[in-house]
Amino acid sequence: MAAVAAAPQKGGRFQHVTERRGFLASVLIAPAVIFIAATLAVPFGWAIYLSFTDATGGSLFGNGVGWRNFSTEIHDTIFRGAVWHTIVFTLISQAVVVIGAGLIAHALVRDFHGKWFLRFLILLPWAAPLALSTIGFVWIFDSDFPTASIVNWFLVHLHLADAIQPPVWLGTQRLASATIIFVEAWRVLPFATVIFIAGIASIPQEVDDAAAIDAATGLKKFWYVSLPLQLPIALVALLFGIVFTATDMTVPYLLTNGGPTHSTETLTTWAFATGIGAGAVGEGAAVALFLLPVLVIVSVGMLYFARRVEVS
Amino acid sequence: MRAVRRGAFPYAITVPFAVILAFPFAWMAITSLKSNAVVNDPTHTWSFHPTLENWGFLLHHTQYVHWIKNTTLVGLAVVAITLVLALPAGYALARLSGRVGQAMGVGIFLTYLVPPTLLFLPLSRMVSTVHLAGSLWALVVVYPSFTVPFAIWLLMGFFKTIPLELEDAALVDGCSRIGALMRIVFPISLPGILTIVIFTFSLVVNEFLYAITFISSSANRTLSVGVPTDLIRGDLYNWPAIMAAILIPSIPLALVYNAFLNRFIQGFTGGAFR
Repeated sequence: MAAVAAAPQKGGRFQHVTERRGFLASVLIAPAVIFIAATLAVPFGWAIYLSFTDATGGSLFGNGVGWRNFSTEIHDTIFRGAVWHTIVFTLISQAVVVIGAGLIAHALVRDFHGKWFLRFLILLPWAAPLALSTIGFVWIFDSDFPTASIVNWFLVHLHLADAIQPPVWLGTQRLASATIIFVEAWRVLPFATVIFIAGIASIPQEVDDAAAIDAATGLKKFWYVSLPLQLPIALVALLFGIVFTATDMTVPYLLTNGGPTHSTETLTTWAFATGIGAGAVGEGAAVALFLLPVLVIVSVGMLYFARRVEVS
Repeated sequence: MRAVRRGAFPYAITVPFAVILAFPFAWMAITSLKSNAVVNDPTHTWSFHPTLENWGFLLHHTQYVHWIKNTTLVGLAVVAITLVLALPAGYALARLSGRVGQAMGVGIFLTYLVPPTLLFLPLSRMVSTVHLAGSLWALVVVYPSFTVPFAIWLLMGFFKTIPLELEDAALVDGCSRIGALMRIVFPISLPGILTIVIFTFSLVVNEFLYAITFISSSANRTLSVGVPTDLIRGDLYNWPAIMAAILIPSIPLALVYNAFLNRFIQGFTGGAFR
């Protein structure tokens, strides 16, 4: 005789079925799974298929050409450059992001006057639609007249650049690369900061107290306590940043469109130029697929470290 | 002495970063208030007569407002679809302990393996095949592919913060499981759901690649594509108008992000942050 009797359940005839946990769970998850399968798995499989064909322009199918697309690309200097640029842009910008975000997050977990406003300012690059802020940077760096660029204005007035012939940022090889790296770091920084804040906040108070008891303060505490605990979250932030930057087409496309002379071409812009611009759909798909190894490594890394971060 | 030093640390870090991160927007605002005659003139960099004429140009003589409408419609539709698909899935995954639940959670991470840059080519062909090319509906159908995993993940985090006891209490009182869901769980998770609505909407506003691949007609463009393409006619850039075009969505979005940041973090860490 149960001390507490469950009240009689209201419900229809099928209730005994819907009450079964596994069944209900499957029914709830199924629509999302089906949808994702249709809009992710199917195109993904199709992309792989296309990369082995000579499909062009408006067609969904093509003739099989074996590994020709991949081999053409690997032997193409522009493609090899694109791979290199993708790696360089991603690693440098994200290294900057991880360090910057770690610093800002430590500052933002404290309370201080004006925190809300400063946080608003820091969130702006993340909140602004990326294509729009990128166009904003075209104006800021280059505009129609290099003398109208505000970046050049500061450089000239700091005597770091020539007033008559200031640098043409987006039209000069290394400068254009630097601009892309800067914009990618600029826009990921707020998001990485938020991830760090989440990680720092999830460290239980007991850790702080224990550290205080053991007289571990300041730098010692940071090195022996805070840093090891935050390594997983730092890696999660880094991995997110790598995925977002390596697969981003918007910034390089709108800033330089791969120029000058393909010196800032990335895998994403090259896939777009090949597949849409030149209409070589099969080859474009092959180019894009080269992102896959990177993504696999990063996803596995994310899985591993994200699980360590979760405090349950 | 110590208190002062500790007090200075937050400012020493946040102020310089805030300047670097936000100055572009300040400069955009200044530029937007210049007239076209003056905007390229370096002697008028900081001293000029502010005017709203280019704001007016943007809002009355371009398709900007129309693009805002397009983007908003797509956003609302995508948010609705996302909620319908992600709410039940997020709840089920949050409550499913054991290997099936974990495996499916892993599956969500795996969707990041297939970003738009991998899928845009086959999807553009698929969209043409079903005669949706050039239509905003193409976006409505395709966008949930990246908003749904994101929403499910956040929702899993939010639902985990709702104690199981609440639902058990409802069950003891005679509620069916679905009834407990509708009457107890969803109302409590409303703030979390609102957060997801906001961030999903912003994912839509941010999207560029699919929008530029699927849609080529000026009238059907979304904000993300219209501004960089149509506002730039050949060699003629109306920079002040473009700056205004950037600020209009960005400032409100940043304000909203700031307001909902704590909740976003909550969902992100699955309730570890309190």
